[in-house]
Amino acid sequence: MLGSTILQLGSVIGAANDVDSGSTAWMLTSSALVLLMVPGLALFYGGMVRSRSVLTTMMHSFVAMAIIGVQWVLVGYCLAFGKTVGGFFGFDPAYIGLAGIAHTQMYADKGVPELVFVMFQGKFAIITPALISGAIAERMRFRSYVLFIVLWATFIYCPLAHWVWASDGWLFKWGVLDFAGGTVVHISAGVSALVLAILVGARRDWTRGTAMLPNNLTMTLTGVGLLWFGWFGFNAGSAVAAESPVAGPVAGLAFATTQTAAASAALVWIVIERLRHGKATTLGMASGIVAGLVAITPAAGHVLPINALFIGAAASVACFFAVQMKNKLGYDDSLDAFGVHGVGGIVGALLTGVFAFTPVVGALGGNFGQLGKQAVAVVVAIVFAGVGTLVIALFVKKLFGLRVPDQHERDGLDLAIHGERGYHHDLG
Amino acid sequence: MKLIIAIIRPERLDAVQEELRAVLDEQDNYRITVDPVQGHGRQHGDVEYVRGQPVQPRLVQKVRVMVAVNDPYVDRSIEAIIEGARTAGDGAVGDGKIMVMPLEEVIRIRTGERGSKAI
Repeated sequence: MLGSTILQLGSVIGAANDVDSGSTAWMLTSSALVLLMVPGLALFYGGMVRSRSVLTTMMHSFVAMAIIGVQWVLVGYCLAFGKTVGGFFGFDPAYIGLAGIAHTQMYADKGVPELVFVMFQGKFAIITPALISGAIAERMRFRSYVLFIVLWATFIYCPLAHWVWASDGWLFKWGVLDFAGGTVVHISAGVSALVLAILVGARRDWTRGTAMLPNNLTMTLTGVGLLWFGWFGFNAGSAVAAESPVAGPVAGLAFATTQTAAASAALVWIVIERLRHGKATTLGMASGIVAGLVAITPAAGHVLPINALFIGAAASVACFFAVQMKNKLGYDDSLDAFGVHGVGGIVGALLTGVFAFTPVVGALGGNFGQLGKQAVAVVVAIVFAGVGTLVIALFVKKLFGLRVPDQHERDGLDLAIHGERGYHHDLG
Repeated sequence: MKLIIAIIRPERLDAVQEELRAVLDEQDNYRITVDPVQGHGRQHGDVEYVRGQPVQPRLVQKVRVMVAVNDPYVDRSIEAIIEGARTAGDGAVGDGKIMVMPLEEVIRIRTGERGSKAI
């Protein structure tokens, strides 16, 4: 095998330095699956806004692929997974631009080439800031959004990923469980979304109480289908990235819990709607699926499918009522990035500490300390992401302003920002 | 010659077409133009639920039917449209309107024919 040739660059540790073809194949597949979630998210969000801003909204997701796709290679991976600086962020000059990572180099003891791991993690870094965009749809300046996600990925996402996932990150070493990103991805994105929505301010028509209806829910449903599909890479892929070298069974577990939680959450959401309004809506179905997927993310490889049923159901109840709160509290989280990702992430992170059975047991097994650790991690993620977003957003506001001019908002952002319309009536 | 414009419920279009066909089929002069329109009169838009929040659209979806007819056909066309578009029973708010206006000239583009034979 390749074992003898791949020790040439420093950071290889552990015994298993051969390529594990099964793990590597699954990680390549998972990386592609997670990337597919980004256009999925674009469709999901794009269908929910008004047609005059459909392109701007979809572009928020797509441009993250371009921007964070570059940022991750240049500095992102280095800051998240480089040699730890006190457990708070990573740094390794050899990782800048990935210049010092030979294509034959293995990642830790996983039997997977490090570049595959870099790409897998990079897709997470891409989708996380894109999740935030749902909160500021139809009113944020494009250049401000672009600058915001670069700074956010660099100064919020990378350190948080290091704390929770790097083998020497302080939360990881302390024993916090976050299988695929409850704190790193969903709580951080959700809380940042809330802060940003408040700073940017409500949409003009939201304040005026004008009816705003989704332009195309068929797109939203297509998007949520892609998200569900891609989420198998997100969660079951995290088994190989984060777990022991013998990760097959854990990947299978994560796959099963992901499927189960999504189904259970979707079911519960439409039942709640049917009971409250007499109608089960398709957007409710889509929202439930996402809420379930979000909540199972931190728990996926730690709990049983029967627990996933409960986690999905609990997430749906919590998210449904969280989404109703925005009108009472008066913030325009337009597409419910906080209501679904923030709240769902918190529910999932805490319930992980209740139901976990591997590699440690949770509160249900008498280990209340694990629930305490999860709660601390939740608070840490909320405070860090919230304060960090406040600082970054105020800086961006000073530099460019956060909102488009009033007239652009009235006309729709697509034409003003991108010089295009999403839909043309075909009259020649 | 008159131009009849009817604003009706989209779901009544099939019935209106059927009624019009029955009275206008003579002399091969059943012609119709239809487009989707939005507006409101006394009827409000149907309440939709967006993530649990009731939202009432400002405008109601309607269909606009245009038929140009010769004078002897005006009244029976109106009757036909009412027959097809009125909600069963005594009708309902939102059944729509019929507007009739004089038609100065009609020209068939293919032949250049004018007036009632071009209709």
